Amino acid sequence: MKKFGGPAICLNRNDINTDEIIPAKYLTENSKEALKPFILEDLKLDGFDAKSNKLTDAKVILTRANFGCGSSREHAVWVFEVNGINTVIAESFARIFRQNMFNCGMLAIELARDQIEKIIDLGDDITIMVDLDTNQITAKGGTGELTFAFTLNSFDRDLVVAGGWLAYADRNY
Amino acid sequence: MGMTIAQKIFAAHTRDNPSADNVVLDLDVVMCHEITTPIAINDLVARGMDRVFDPDKIKVVIDHVTPSKDTKTATQAKILRDWAKRNGIKDFFDIGANGVCHALFPEKGFIRPGYTVIMGDSHTCTHGAFGAFAAGIGTTDLEVGILKGVCSFRMPDSLLVNLTGSLPDGTSAKDVILKIIKELTVNGATDLVMEFRGPVIDAMSMESRMTLCNMAIEAGGTCGICLPDRVTAEYLWPFIKDQYVTLDDAIADFHKWHSDADAHYLKEFKLDVSNLVPQVTFGFKPDEVKDVTEMEGTLVDQVYIGSCTNGRIEDLRQAARIINGRKLADSVRGILSPATPAVYNQALAEGILQQFMAAGFCVTNPTCGACLGMSNGVLAPDEVCASTTNRNFNGRMGKGGMVHLMSPLSAAAAAVAGRITDPRQYLK
Ligand code: SF4
Repeated sequence: MKKFGGPAICLNRNDINTDEIIPAKYLTENSKEALKPFILEDLKLDGFDAKSNKLTDAKVILTRANFGCGSSREHAVWVFEVNGINTVIAESFARIFRQNMFNCGMLAIELARDQIEKIIDLGDDITIMVDLDTNQITAKGGTGELTFAFTLNSFDRDLVVAGGWLAYADRNY
Repeated sequence: MGMTIAQKIFAAHTRDNPSADNVVLDLDVVMCHEITTPIAINDLVARGMDRVFDPDKIKVVIDHVTPSKDTKTATQAKILRDWAKRNGIKDFFDIGANGVCHALFPEKGFIRPGYTVIMGDSHTCTHGAFGAFAAGIGTTDLEVGILKGVCSFRMPDSLLVNLTGSLPDGTSAKDVILKIIKELTVNGATDLVMEFRGPVIDAMSMESRMTLCNMAIEAGGTCGICLPDRVTAEYLWPFIKDQYVTLDDAIADFHKWHSDADAHYLKEFKLDVSNLVPQVTFGFKPDEVKDVTEMEGTLVDQVYIGSCTNGRIEDLRQAARIINGRKLADSVRGILSPATPAVYNQALAEGILQQFMAAGFCVTNPTCGACLGMSNGVLAPDEVCASTTNRNFNGRMGKGGMVHLMSPLSAAAAAVAGRITDPRQYLK
């Protein structure tokens, strides 16, 4: 199975919406790759810089509640995918965004608020690895290391294993 | 244990249960527009899967940017047009016949009680007004929907929204839903079907119910839903009259979708609307809502009346109550986009378009227009729009612009005053 995890970037705010992740004006692009430079372009977050190296290196996004609310655009998932991000960890997700992640064979993992806070407290340079055999994530940062268990719905896991919903549906329906 | 309307619709459409929490549903309608569908079509073509499960169950419209504004949007329209043609999709609405998807498809009678409906558009929840389960989905779900006629969902829990009292003059469904979102917050209904019930719903037209269900997604809801009744049957009668002998037969048949008295709801929310004041958003989230009286005096540069939320004839009639015989304030640009050709024609016949034009409004063709800042009506940085649309996200109507969501009455009042103001003063 594909490996999930890597350097993480923290977007420390609730309710980050799809227009902030990828603005509507880029929805006229007809390839996923064309979205790459516009990741999180309109994000309103103090101290966040969409052009920083941290974002270029990130494989994991760590964020708060109701991530990906707003429009149904799968572009919000693709813009992460083409930038090398494979996992989003949040307190909670908007339904369509979460479904789009699994439909693309990517991971949307929910942790409790205090667990997210403890990971954020690990410092600026955090790396998060996901183990899909044990359903655990391990976060390493300047001040230590933490391991948390997460739950993954069995159908969502099947989608990740299949490489997405299209492959799964084509086989089963 | 009884069942909710959503659970009944799920039970009647279950193709598969891939896990205890998930269900794969058979779809009655797959709707498509030119922003989210072309990329799905390109992918299906690239995979050698350029097929559709049933051309009669796929409904297609070009509505977001129409007429096309540049090469990219013209290409999106062309991909959709060519695809519809080669796959034998008859219900395809192009320039001259097109309008905002969530206003146009109900008008055509495509949505019926008990249906399952998906579209690559978050405001698909609008169609729940007919007692259907209708949900926005992403591109991959759309591809599978087009190809296989199925979509996966988690088992639906419902939030019962019980609306009591009667709406005071000067308020409408828009004020009700803004108030609900304010109380629930932007994720108060996440993963839940919002079932709207109570005497306020019973008294509402289909147009108002659509306005209400349209914004369920702004509280995170999977779908807004109303129980199908006489109002639903009357609206649909031209399309269903061959199926039933009398209107009462249709109403009785619709009853099979009604939630049982002992159905289980995960949450319940009650609101008495009798003292409701017009509601307006103030920030970049749809739950940042205040009474219009607290927003009094906020200057606006543009007023936009239209969209799938409030671009129907009822909305235009409401706004015209204030616009008729008055002028736009000198500092304000006014844009009216009737949501569909039928709305446009009706407004023309009733003299409403002429009233708007006499007031100084620009009347556009039916389109999403300024709502998502992709074609016309884009704001300059720091400009402010009083809008009847459903989303006030940062950058939604143009980078650096501010959108205040409100009812058609409140938008019309802002148009003539040049600032946000209480519409009720114009109704005396
Ligand atoms: S009017 Fe606005 S919200 Fe409605 S479908 Fe069009 S872009 Fe989306």
